[in-house]
Amino acid sequence: MPATHARKFVSADPNKCVGCAVCEYTCSMVKEKTYNPTKSRIRAVRLNPFANLAVTCRLCEDPPCVAACPRDALTQSEETGIIMVDEDACNGCGWCIEACDYGAIMLHPETKVVYICDLCKDQGKPQCIEWCPEEALDLVTSDLLAQKARRTVVKKLFQESIKTLPG
Amino acid sequence: MSYAGKILNIDLTSGKVETKPLNVELAKEFIGGIGLGMRLLFDHSKPGTDPFSPENPMIFVTGPLSGTMAPSAGNGYAVVSKSPLTEIVSESKAHGFFGAELKRAGYDAVILTGKSEKLIYVFIDDDSVQLMDAERLKGKPSHETEEAIKEELGDYYIRVMSIGEAGEKLVRVACALNDEFRAIGRTGMGAVMGSKNLKAVAVRGTNDVNVANLEEFKEFIKMIHERMKGPKTRKYRTLGTPENVLVLNALAALPTRNFTQATFEGAEKVSGEYLNERYIKKIIGCATCGMRCDHIAFVPEGPYKGTTARVEFECLWALGPNCGVDHLDAVIEAISQCNYYGMDGISTGVIVSFAMDCYENGILTKKDTEGLDLRFGNPEALVEMVKRIGSRKGWLGNILAEGTMRAAEKIGKGAVKYANHIKGLELPGYDLRGLKTAALGFAVSFRGGCHLRSGAYSPDVKGSVDRFKLEKGRGKIVMDLEDQYNVIDSLILCKFSRGVYYDGLEDMAKYYTLATGIKMTAEKLILAGERINNIARLFNIREGKGTREYDTLPPKIMTVPIPDEGIAKGSYVNQKEFDVGLDDYYEVRGWTKDGVPTVEKLNKLGLNDFAYIVKGKIEKSKKGAK
Repeated sequence: MPATHARKFVSADPNKCVGCAVCEYTCSMVKEKTYNPTKSRIRAVRLNPFANLAVTCRLCEDPPCVAACPRDALTQSEETGIIMVDEDACNGCGWCIEACDYGAIMLHPETKVVYICDLCKDQGKPQCIEWCPEEALDLVTSDLLAQKARRTVVKKLFQESIKTLPG
Repeated sequence: MSYAGKILNIDLTSGKVETKPLNVELAKEFIGGIGLGMRLLFDHSKPGTDPFSPENPMIFVTGPLSGTMAPSAGNGYAVVSKSPLTEIVSESKAHGFFGAELKRAGYDAVILTGKSEKLIYVFIDDDSVQLMDAERLKGKPSHETEEAIKEELGDYYIRVMSIGEAGEKLVRVACALNDEFRAIGRTGMGAVMGSKNLKAVAVRGTNDVNVANLEEFKEFIKMIHERMKGPKTRKYRTLGTPENVLVLNALAALPTRNFTQATFEGAEKVSGEYLNERYIKKIIGCATCGMRCDHIAFVPEGPYKGTTARVEFECLWALGPNCGVDHLDAVIEAISQCNYYGMDGISTGVIVSFAMDCYENGILTKKDTEGLDLRFGNPEALVEMVKRIGSRKGWLGNILAEGTMRAAEKIGKGAVKYANHIKGLELPGYDLRGLKTAALGFAVSFRGGCHLRSGAYSPDVKGSVDRFKLEKGRGKIVMDLEDQYNVIDSLILCKFSRGVYYDGLEDMAKYYTLATGIKMTAEKLILAGERINNIARLFNIREGKGTREYDTLPPKIMTVPIPDEGIAKGSYVNQKEFDVGLDDYYEVRGWTKDGVPTVEKLNKLGLNDFAYIVKGKIEKSKKGAK
């Protein structure tokens, strides 16, 4: 399998996410040793009570943030797909923030350089997934998302016949 | 150290803003939340202050856990003031997201005094405080106000608490809502905001909130998270509090038609089971909480198609069975209208049921209601009456907007017989005639008719006592529950999570210590709970409404036996047993027969400074006893 397709990223299931922001608090706790959602690499969005979703870096193929950086401060790891920030090179201009369609890049309020989800590589696995009380977060590949979508749609199609299956 | 260490003072008259350090000694003794808030209320108010006068302070208080990742406690705040509904101490808590933001902005408390000339909102942006024009927001409901303010300030993570039309028009049961549907619900705090021309408080907090021992704190909250997936929160995660409808109905303890019956023949149609099957579209949660309990209902068809509201038992009961209404569509619409105008759904429901009772008994006529057929069970009349109260429309709407106690006095003609309130605060959904520990607990509650000051219905419902009797021993049960609840409301733990503290106060003390770094024990915590109950009582005594004659039950509870066939038939609270209960409670509290804390008791609690309040009263009650 080509390495690019194996890239895993944190994704929230819109049917499960309740917008509680436990992921934000977890991120600041693990990465910054404090509680402060404004220092989280994942942000929860609640448009209304029915529409909740946590959003973070999706480790895009051919990431526009990397292309946007005039100072070559961002690079994508070939192995994991994680976007790495050279904190000395970054001057906080925000072009990468503008380039990201997901709002997954933020300017750190204190260091004034950008910061991005690194899948908690020091902790072994993303801690927001570990803490999410709804099990709404998962480490997925784009291929797995497609598989899930296919299963859902096929389940829907066979809803009636599944109900009447024996046993 | 999870206290912010700062108290913000804002004078809305002059616009003057001042930050003072938190007195940590005071914080240790009163914890935070309602405890610290009520203690601060003493320092910032004069006896006899009109709740609607600029001098009445409105105190926002966070807790020692607010802003941390403590599940259910990290997101709370309390508001303390003198209530325009009861004219005694007022406290109310809300969860959601606002409380955490206020802590991150750097404050343990924000004390608002004065009155703005024009309608404004306060924007607390960390250290910066601005009074912003809100004239264009006049009459807007909370959820629109929130959106408008976020747009104006250009930040969607700003958190807002605000009032609707009811608060602006000084409806005495007006609430304030934060994060769209979480309410500073009871005792009319929205009206106090209205009296100050304060439409909203918007907060952006970007500071870190640190705990004293991060590693152990993390382990502790992980454990609480796991427990929250277990049996102690099952009810809140599944059917939600509306599960109570059928439970209380089976016990003949579901007040129906303004406490006329204790069972509702339409209970199945307004049950938690039916609600969840047909209306609940999503269950969501507050910041940091691993439980999720917010049951969001959506009306799929009919005249109220598209209406959505968060539904809990109390509002469902107040606007449903209590008004004899068995159409959930209309009940959800009525709850949604309470949110729209910004009113306490419990009080509003009990006010409507009071008016319906008056109508059925000929005290109010069709002329008074301007043609509205205000009989029990009429869903359209229910919704219309809620709107009239929220906007003070018409003669009746305007009178009912004053709350049940004042409305009954104004209507006259014996209407007081149908007024179900204690100290002016409308009763919640427990038929006290057959839940007599609760009857005692509600009667002595320092904020009036409330199930959340002691949860004293619990031993009755669980069957650990004979609920049809009021006898010696109940005083201790009520006191212990009250003191625990004072601790919970000062730490600002969500009461839905109270079951996950398997070791009770031990767990809570550990929580406090890990967060603040201040050594706390279960014994010290429960003593703080007792101190808090006494400080509240002292405030009420100072205001002339804190003695035995104010610890009462409504006429229906004490004179009308439960008529329903079955286990509860004939039950009501008689004066004799009620007196036994009060005597017992005052005795275990170390108060006089008149319900006044003794100087010795105050000394034991470190409340020596307040002895001046009780001195005259104690001599008077001694003379009375002779």
